[in-house]
Amino acid sequence: MNIVVLVKLVPDLVEELNIDPSGAALDMSWLRLIINEFDDHAIEQAILLKERGGGQVTIVAPEYEGVDEVLFTAAAKGADRLIKLSGDASAGSAQVFVAANNHALARACAAVIKELQPDLVLTGVQANNDLDGPLGPTLAECLGMPYVGYISGVTVSDGKVTARKEYPGGLIAEMEVKLPAVLGIQAAEQPPRYVAVSKVRMVMKTAAIEERAADALDPSGGPAVGRMFQPEAAVHAEMITGSPDEVADKLVSIFKEAGVL
Amino acid sequence: MTTIAPVEQSIYDKILAAAPDGERLRLCLQCGNCSGICPFGYLMAYPPHRLIAYLRADRFKNVLDTDTVWMCVSCYACTEVCPSDIPLTPGLMTSAKEELLLAGNVPSELQSALEFSQRYGNPLGESPRKRADWAKDIQPEVKIMGKVRQPVDVLWFVGDYPSYHPRVQSIAKALTKVLNALGVDFGILGPEEYSDGDSQRLAGERGLFEMLAERNGMAFGKYQFNEIITTDPHAYNAIKNEYPGLGISYPIKHYTEFLAERLDQLKPLLKKEVKARVTYHDPCYLGRANEIFDQPRALLEAIPGVELVEMFHNHKNSLCCGGGGGGMWLDGFQWEKAHVRLSEWRVKEAMSEGAEILAVACPYETPRFEDAAKTVEGAGELKVKDIAELLAEAMGD
Amino acid sequence: MSQDIFVVIEHLRGQVADISYVMLAAAGELSKGIGGNVIAVLLGNKAEGLAGNFAAVQVLYLDHPALADFTSDAYQKALAGLISEKQPRAVLFGNTSIGADVASGLSIKLGLPLVSSCRSFGADGKFVSQICGGKIMAEGDLPSPTALVTMVPGGYKPEAGQSAQPPALTRLEVAGLDALRVSLAKYIEPEAGDVDIAKEPLLIAVGRGIQQQDNIQLAEDLAQAMGGVVCGSRPVIDQGWLATSRLVGKSGKHVKPKVYLAMGISGAPEHAEAITDSDVIIAINTDPKAPIFDIAKFGTEIDLFDLIDPLIAKVRAAKGG
Repeated sequence: MNIVVLVKLVPDLVEELNIDPSGAALDMSWLRLIINEFDDHAIEQAILLKERGGGQVTIVAPEYEGVDEVLFTAAAKGADRLIKLSGDASAGSAQVFVAANNHALARACAAVIKELQPDLVLTGVQANNDLDGPLGPTLAECLGMPYVGYISGVTVSDGKVTARKEYPGGLIAEMEVKLPAVLGIQAAEQPPRYVAVSKVRMVMKTAAIEERAADALDPSGGPAVGRMFQPEAAVHAEMITGSPDEVADKLVSIFKEAGVL
Repeated sequence: MTTIAPVEQSIYDKILAAAPDGERLRLCLQCGNCSGICPFGYLMAYPPHRLIAYLRADRFKNVLDTDTVWMCVSCYACTEVCPSDIPLTPGLMTSAKEELLLAGNVPSELQSALEFSQRYGNPLGESPRKRADWAKDIQPEVKIMGKVRQPVDVLWFVGDYPSYHPRVQSIAKALTKVLNALGVDFGILGPEEYSDGDSQRLAGERGLFEMLAERNGMAFGKYQFNEIITTDPHAYNAIKNEYPGLGISYPIKHYTEFLAERLDQLKPLLKKEVKARVTYHDPCYLGRANEIFDQPRALLEAIPGVELVEMFHNHKNSLCCGGGGGGMWLDGFQWEKAHVRLSEWRVKEAMSEGAEILAVACPYETPRFEDAAKTVEGAGELKVKDIAELLAEAMGD
Repeated sequence: MSQDIFVVIEHLRGQVADISYVMLAAAGELSKGIGGNVIAVLLGNKAEGLAGNFAAVQVLYLDHPALADFTSDAYQKALAGLISEKQPRAVLFGNTSIGADVASGLSIKLGLPLVSSCRSFGADGKFVSQICGGKIMAEGDLPSPTALVTMVPGGYKPEAGQSAQPPALTRLEVAGLDALRVSLAKYIEPEAGDVDIAKEPLLIAVGRGIQQQDNIQLAEDLAQAMGGVVCGSRPVIDQGWLATSRLVGKSGKHVKPKVYLAMGISGAPEHAEAITDSDVIIAINTDPKAPIFDIAKFGTEIDLFDLIDPLIAKVRAAKGG
């Protein structure tokens, strides 16, 4: 079983986000990047599959500031092979991918992933900066593979996977998908594991990150953004202040008014 | 002398590495004092003396399948009473947690605190850029070293909770007031300060501790100052006892030590009476681990109106608030195992001495004891105050 | 090539999803700006009965046994044929586990532009999408020639997408649905025997801010005092602190209680979209910038752990008195 996990880094929402002077993009200079949390689940799911049924797990990630650490952490968890996609060095390749849309990323990553001849590709079902659809189904079409997203459990049996697809309301559909295929992971079967820093540091000394040059990025198919802005809340909540007792009093009267008390 | 079997060699080596006299493990008498004094010993499948017995019997693997080692709050109570002077807290228990952690046996709350520490440099998951935000509105402006770029006399290592926790920030503000009143020339690192890492280390994450220490070491190296003071006994313990082993050596004092040295200058400033029966809780990492008992008490006694009384457990015999060794990030886990909180026990002791104020000197303690006071019957009126807050209060406006 | 706006109807086991009506409402607004007709696209098998209340000029009904239940492969193939033949101005999908599974593949396969997470359209046809957890809005011209758009709820009321006048229904032949690579094995019902939070009038919801498992009990205590039910956002359910049946959000339930008390919930779009039909949302969150305050009617920044005990006491007093 040859499993590839595609990982991207996204803006960390712990930090305040700013719009750059063009008014049409995020200000990258203050952006802190973090692994897309769903990709973290995709890594966990891949490791779980490997632990259960054997195989090889390869992590593929475009180059971002801090991506090496993400890759080494995945290796410390049990990934076998790390591949970093580097862009146009003259433009500062870490910058190139931060600004790239998913159409561009999918095309660039598809070229590398195709060579790896995976049986199964896992990636996060969505990311907080998707503006042209999630990466997974875009990649799947570039690879000519079927895609199923919102997956929270995967079982592999000869030539196919059975994936638990989540629908609103807690309904689960068991989908059978012929391999090779791409799955968009909503949640791994167990929360992503912790890996000790010492283990990551050890891996850094032994594991190698293979670099592959990406072709020129092709973002066609993504929308052009004319303006970005922070939403003005149409109506902000009426804020209740005071001591806990005072706030509790006010809440009780709201409950009464709403007819639940 | 018992031989340590080869399978256990790696754990044994780690215990040796974690504490210089870890070798003393071989001298264990199996008296069980350690497990008896342990506040959660009764809940541990492998309390300290049993852990040693299993280690000797080459059965440490059994321990890895259990999770009650995570009840250890690294309070040093066991270490204090061991007749063979075995470094139980820093050596045995910390190494056992390290093994559990490497085996992936980590409660989820602790996991997120460790991940936050890695990613943001603080266990609360707050933006590192906002580390000095607590000082924003203070006049005169608190010097941030990276901004003022000038030498200071004292570098104040503020610590995680005083920087971010809304309740504990008021302690940082109070200490600012005291330092300014004394005319101390001080600065803080602000966004360049990382978690001291000590509680992460004692929760078994030595690698993370080293990473955080290195980052702090780099920041220390950038600026000129004569000494470091800190609000946090855990930071004090780390910088005093652990950082030097990583080549990061600076003189450090806990703020109570620093202020006690200036008691003559401080006393005349304490004009406003704080009329209350006050009892002092010795923080584990100030008291038992570093033997600072007198300075905090001297400061309290200098406040007019304060009547200082001792609780049954005091000085070396103090009780833990439950926040150490990762306990701060294991509240839910420990509650599920114990259905009792160590902080509540302490609040009850304070009550039985008729105390009106429970004075503390560790940032973990105010929120913990305040929460406990809410649930202990009749403790609703008990005030929990850091010594810095009481001093600031006694200075008036 | 036409100015028509297609809406790909989402339905599951005989139930049309609310997002379908939201999209019909959105398409109605969009057509006012750019012209064209609103056309519902219904894929299914013996499912024509679902189309009666669509606010659309016409329903294109793609009927095929392989479309009886949603599978990405069959939907994508059927829609690829339809879109390339009809060349509408826009095709709206839900940004859901149905729509988001197929829109991206169509974009690559047909070479058509895709906009995701669209919340509303401007009068001039501009799309407004929300990204970065709802903290950033992105606006742009509706891309040409055919814009594929995935929509999130919140911008339009589902009622506006319903009509008393049944639209004309045209049945279309679907070809090429063989050699499918994805098939439905079975449905697994949500855990039974639990309350249905979608029907509860009072929900006490907990999020990441509840911090630890034992604090769930605090919410349970409040719920018990008030006669409500505890539910949670994704992080709480992922930790296993509450059953999946209590999940409110995009992949959980959409709720519409009289009162939704959100404790320690930031209000990420995946959660927000599932609670907008509540009568009164009250948010307790120490972060004054939490997006939940933008959809709540009342809010407080007080620490929920300080608030909950007095609140329980006062609720009990109010009930007793």
